[in-house]
Amino acid sequence: MTTIPTKLLLVDDEEDFISALAERLRIRNYDTKLATSGEAAMLLIQMERPDIVLLDLKMPGMGGMETLKQIKAKDPSIDVIMVTGSVDSKVGESARSAGATDHMVKPFDIKHLTEKIQDIRKTRGLD
Amino acid sequence: MAFWSKIRPQFWNAQVYLSGEQQNVSYYRRIWKVAVVGITTVAVLPLVAMTFMNMNQYQNALKAELISPVTRLVSNTKRTVAHFLHERRSALRFIVEAKGFNSECSVENLSRIFIRLKNSYGGFVDLGVIDSHGVQRAYVGPYSLTGKNYHEQPWFREVIVKGVYISDVFGGFRDIPHFVIAVKQDHDDGGFSILRATIDTDRFNALISALDLRPLSDAFLINRRGILQTPSRFHGNTLEKINFPVPPITTATQVQEVKDDQERPLIRGYAYIEETPFIFVVLKQEKELMMGVAKLRRNLGLFLALSVALILLVILGAATHLVNRIYEADLTRTSAQHKIEHTNKMASIGRLAAGVAHEINNPLAIINEKGGLLKDLLSLSSELPPKDKLIGLVDSIIYSVERCSVITHRLLGFARHIDVRAETIDISQFIEEVLGFIGKEAQYRNIAVNMDVAENIPLVKSDRGRLQQVFLNVVNNAFAAVDDGGRIDISVKIESVDKISVTITDNGSGIPAENLRTVFEPFFSTKGEKGTGLGLSITYGLVQKLGGNISVESEVGKGTSFRITLPVKL
Repeated sequence: MTTIPTKLLLVDDEEDFISALAERLRIRNYDTKLATSGEAAMLLIQMERPDIVLLDLKMPGMGGMETLKQIKAKDPSIDVIMVTGSVDSKVGESARSAGATDHMVKPFDIKHLTEKIQDIRKTRGLD
Repeated sequence: MAFWSKIRPQFWNAQVYLSGEQQNVSYYRRIWKVAVVGITTVAVLPLVAMTFMNMNQYQNALKAELISPVTRLVSNTKRTVAHFLHERRSALRFIVEAKGFNSECSVENLSRIFIRLKNSYGGFVDLGVIDSHGVQRAYVGPYSLTGKNYHEQPWFREVIVKGVYISDVFGGFRDIPHFVIAVKQDHDDGGFSILRATIDTDRFNALISALDLRPLSDAFLINRRGILQTPSRFHGNTLEKINFPVPPITTATQVQEVKDDQERPLIRGYAYIEETPFIFVVLKQEKELMMGVAKLRRNLGLFLALSVALILLVILGAATHLVNRIYEADLTRTSAQHKIEHTNKMASIGRLAAGVAHEINNPLAIINEKGGLLKDLLSLSSELPPKDKLIGLVDSIIYSVERCSVITHRLLGFARHIDVRAETIDISQFIEEVLGFIGKEAQYRNIAVNMDVAENIPLVKSDRGRLQQVFLNVVNNAFAAVDDGGRIDISVKIESVDKISVTITDNGSGIPAENLRTVFEPFFSTKGEKGTGLGLSITYGLVQKLGGNISVESEVGKGTSFRITLPVKL
């Protein structure tokens, strides 16, 4: 299916959520790592250099927006998909303007996520 | 009762809600009663007082008016009677002083004098001459009294001493009331003779009946022992004794108010007629004279009753109308307040909705992923996954569903209607619940929320829904005031036996002193488009309604502190 595996990093304080999602993504052959806070995410990014980060907006400690800024400052080539429980459309806009590639509202169908991942791969010319 | 229910004003049984508790049902009734009694007192009392004062004054004036005609009547009659007697006495004195009159006067001579006397002055019945021994020497009249000796009689001795004598009225032989006038003539030789005339009382009677008295009035002559000298209407006939004491001797005419034997008020006028034994008495029934007063009193009474009735009617109408207006105004105000409260509630719900959606979406996302994974495991892999793993996934789903239901239940509690309902509330647990709504936000924004609850805080009886709204509003404000990483302190204390206080202090931007006075006023807002300006004013109203109080202290740059006191019992 893919020649170069996509490295994903899921960042959310709801561990139950990202662990299940990660397992499903692994079933779909995605190399997936987890982080339950913004700080942990920054460490993993340093080590793993993921292609795409799925980032929760609201987290205790360093919030989603702050993490997004730090990721973009460190490596602008990393694509970030902002994830939020809020239905407020302004959240998506502000995330995009801060450098996020896309945004999704919880709960979402995993197909939508994989489609977005594929879109990003296409844009990057990986497929 | 059917009639009463028809005319009963709206407010009569209306209840009023002031500080959250049901005030007694008689609130409007009491206003109404105070108004009616107050206005009636100031309107009717002076009227009644004035009517009675006028009546009294009029009565006194009338009485004074009554006395003077009686005085006049008595004086005039006294003068007439005195004049009548004086005239006859003078005539007799004239005769005895005429030249040649003595005890030896012949019967022919005497009868000539008698006829002249009768022609000139009426009333003479007989005429006799008595010598110094008391023997009647000559007599002209209907009886044969010549030779009768009067020596032993008291009048004979009196005429010797005084020179003149006027007798009481007596029946005499013929039983016709008459009286005697006698005059003495001293002779040059030291002897004397007496001329004695009998006069009937018809002239007296005619004099008195000419007074033309009212039907219930009486006028008569009495002597000093109280024997009637002329007939009376109500006090007996001539020579009978009167049934009241003889009035005391005076020289002037007297008019007094007295009571008769049946305790009816009388006006009594009397005068002693000088040099005679007679007293002229006039008795008038006051009732008869005051007939005008009775009529006036009746008319005034009627007028007073009508006026009072009219005034009462107007007062009742006006008071009822006014209190009804107050009641309606209160109703309007209450319903407006309810509407505003509702609007505020809706706004808070709107604010909450975003937060709640986020809160619910998180567990939903977990359910979604766990369920999805379950399906993936069952459909994508060839062998059945281990049982433990499946149970773990399902447990996680059930746990997330519980998380959702906690949130929805909280919302249900908040959405209950506005009726005041007292529930027993553990205030610290209650505040924890309220914080549950916003706990996530505190977490995300790194806001430290500290609870400091004093020991032995009593359970509070209050309205849960309203209290929730109060604390949500205040805590929301505190959250809006602090920056991320700020701090909110909530302390619960006992104020007195029946009061507790909750103080919510933030270390946010603070409220400038010029705004501090107006924060509880409606439509005061510093949030611009974002706020309705109603939050704190409604909070204030709600706290009042719950019988409590809310106050604020603030310092710019240091933070704001809202203090809510609540009664332990609603």
